[in-house]
Amino acid sequence: MAATTANNNKQKSFANSGALQQILAFASLIVLIIFFSIASENFLSWSNIEGILLSTTVIGILALGTTFVIITGGIDLSIGTGMTLTSVMTGVFIVYLGLPVSVGILGGILTGALIGFIAGFSVSMLRIPPFIATLAMMMIAEGLSLVISGASPIYFSDVEGFNNIALGSVIPGISIPNAVLIFFLMVIIGWILLSKTIVGRYTFAIGSNEEATRLSGINVKKWKMIIYTIAGCFTGVAGVIMASRLNSAQPALGMGYELEAIAAVVIGGTSLSGGKGSLIGTMIGALIMSVLTNGLRIMSIPQEWQTVVIGFVILLAVYFDMLRKKNE
Amino acid sequence: MKKKWLAFLVVVISVLFVLAACGSETEEASESSGNENDEGKETETESEEAAEDKPYIAIVSKGFQHQFWQAVQSGAEKAAEEFDVEITFEGPENESQVDKQMEMLQAALDKNPDAIGFAALDSQASSPLLEKADESGIPIIAFDSGVDSEIPLATASTDNYAAAQEAANRMAELIGEEGKVALVVHDQVSVTGVQRRDGFIETIEENYPNIEIVDTQYGGGDHLESTNLAKTMMQANPDLAGIYGSNEGSAIGVVNAVRELGKEGEITIVGFDSGKQQIDAIKDGIMAGAITQNPEGIGYETVKAAVQALDGEEVEENIDTGYFWYDKDNIEDEEIQAAIYE
Repeated sequence: MAATTANNNKQKSFANSGALQQILAFASLIVLIIFFSIASENFLSWSNIEGILLSTTVIGILALGTTFVIITGGIDLSIGTGMTLTSVMTGVFIVYLGLPVSVGILGGILTGALIGFIAGFSVSMLRIPPFIATLAMMMIAEGLSLVISGASPIYFSDVEGFNNIALGSVIPGISIPNAVLIFFLMVIIGWILLSKTIVGRYTFAIGSNEEATRLSGINVKKWKMIIYTIAGCFTGVAGVIMASRLNSAQPALGMGYELEAIAAVVIGGTSLSGGKGSLIGTMIGALIMSVLTNGLRIMSIPQEWQTVVIGFVILLAVYFDMLRKKNE
Repeated sequence: MKKKWLAFLVVVISVLFVLAACGSETEEASESSGNENDEGKETETESEEAAEDKPYIAIVSKGFQHQFWQAVQSGAEKAAEEFDVEITFEGPENESQVDKQMEMLQAALDKNPDAIGFAALDSQASSPLLEKADESGIPIIAFDSGVDSEIPLATASTDNYAAAQEAANRMAELIGEEGKVALVVHDQVSVTGVQRRDGFIETIEENYPNIEIVDTQYGGGDHLESTNLAKTMMQANPDLAGIYGSNEGSAIGVVNAVRELGKEGEITIVGFDSGKQQIDAIKDGIMAGAITQNPEGIGYETVKAAVQALDGEEVEENIDTGYFWYDKDNIEDEEIQAAIYE
């Protein structure tokens, strides 16, 4: 295979960092919004926009974290059930152990980090392919969530203010739920990490050419573990938000969320073969997914067809990505 | 490069097979460790005197971790104690895992049970296995959503259609027999999903000409998904008078959505099943009321019917295990408290 030309392409696109794909994704988002606004008068109301943003948060934050992993050329299937485990652990810390809410939240996020670390360790130290390592983690997290919670939901109803972590509003006067603010905050944190720090540079370097990165003296194994751990922190944040919004930790949810998150990443222009991608793209990808679902629902399109449409959108997104690569 | 990918694919596929094998092995292992005692007893008695064997009834449910299934299980265990039989109770992690349930049913058959209790996630998918059981003379008692087939001797279940009719009548009464209503249903494939939807819709269409059903959406019983879609429904139809949620996850989704939009008191919510959040919502007045099945009754009647079949008695074909409407006023009643769970 033309491995060398592919690498050249990757390096070139690293320079312009997939700006075209992002613009394309952003343009599709705008087109969708215009289309749905015409199709339904209720689409562009403020409370619906708020609803769309709120429904983006959980999948969106998962997608942000997993973007890092996908840029390294890996994949993380453990984020869906991993998120469930972090919300269950948050429940254990706060409800069962009676720890303060802040400690519980931190505990939940650290649980996510631990899941990410184990996945990263398996990938880099044990040399298990990411697909398998994180598939295993997915099952482990799913099982542990059920075991730890005794297979029944943990309720936060008696925890004053827990619901407000996601649904309250820190900015007085404007009704933007905190979960949405946290999502955008995570976009900014992720963006800084990915484009302004050494972690980001190595993330791209590993994804573009792992061997060359290793030969230039970078401890690839260590950095991979760090990257998976960062992704795990994002999973933890998503878990806490999920728990807060539902005011309960639901141990049976989460399966399948990883695929929605990966779809958002791909729609956002991050290449599954690694070395290329952006968090702004992922944010737009996640927004496209929720605008689509919301818009199709508001038009009362039957659910079966909604899924079909989203499937086609993913196909299109990847196809455009391939076209662009060819042209470069 | 190509070879590398091929090799990788081969590895992936083989590992998947190994994992799948491990999965079913551990399942069997955990099952057998679950009945270690019974099996120990069984082998003992088999070697001594087969006549003293307790009959063994394998129950394959649609879930196990959900409180509803735990209540079914506890009803089944009560009956097992009463009629002196051994039972095992298992089910897949969630109600979309049709394939996993098939594996469990297969594993249950392999253990040569005296009778089987089965709640099908997908009647069509399970029919070959059920035919096999039927051929080997194992009586099958269907429960909960039942099995869409002639094979089961009896079905112990809530009449979901009738229960949904009750929900529709209550909804109509609560909204003054006019206005727009919408449905959040857990799925469009299972018998419960279909009956709880159709019972509601058909009752409204036949009896209440001034009520318009504007939308029906499916949230898979997933709380978050149902919240998001109920919210979207309210956006699309700002003048909704009521929403009906067809199971716990769906109903809680509707409650969350109404709360998040600050429309408490403006929209009448009728739910189904129970759970702490639904009970709280009814006590708080956000939810008008809900239909509950009688899960313990389902488990109990299933085992009872299996025992009757084993004893050669005649078994009633459709065992209605009943349903209750509960709201703020009767939630503390004894019969309601026995049927709902936190």
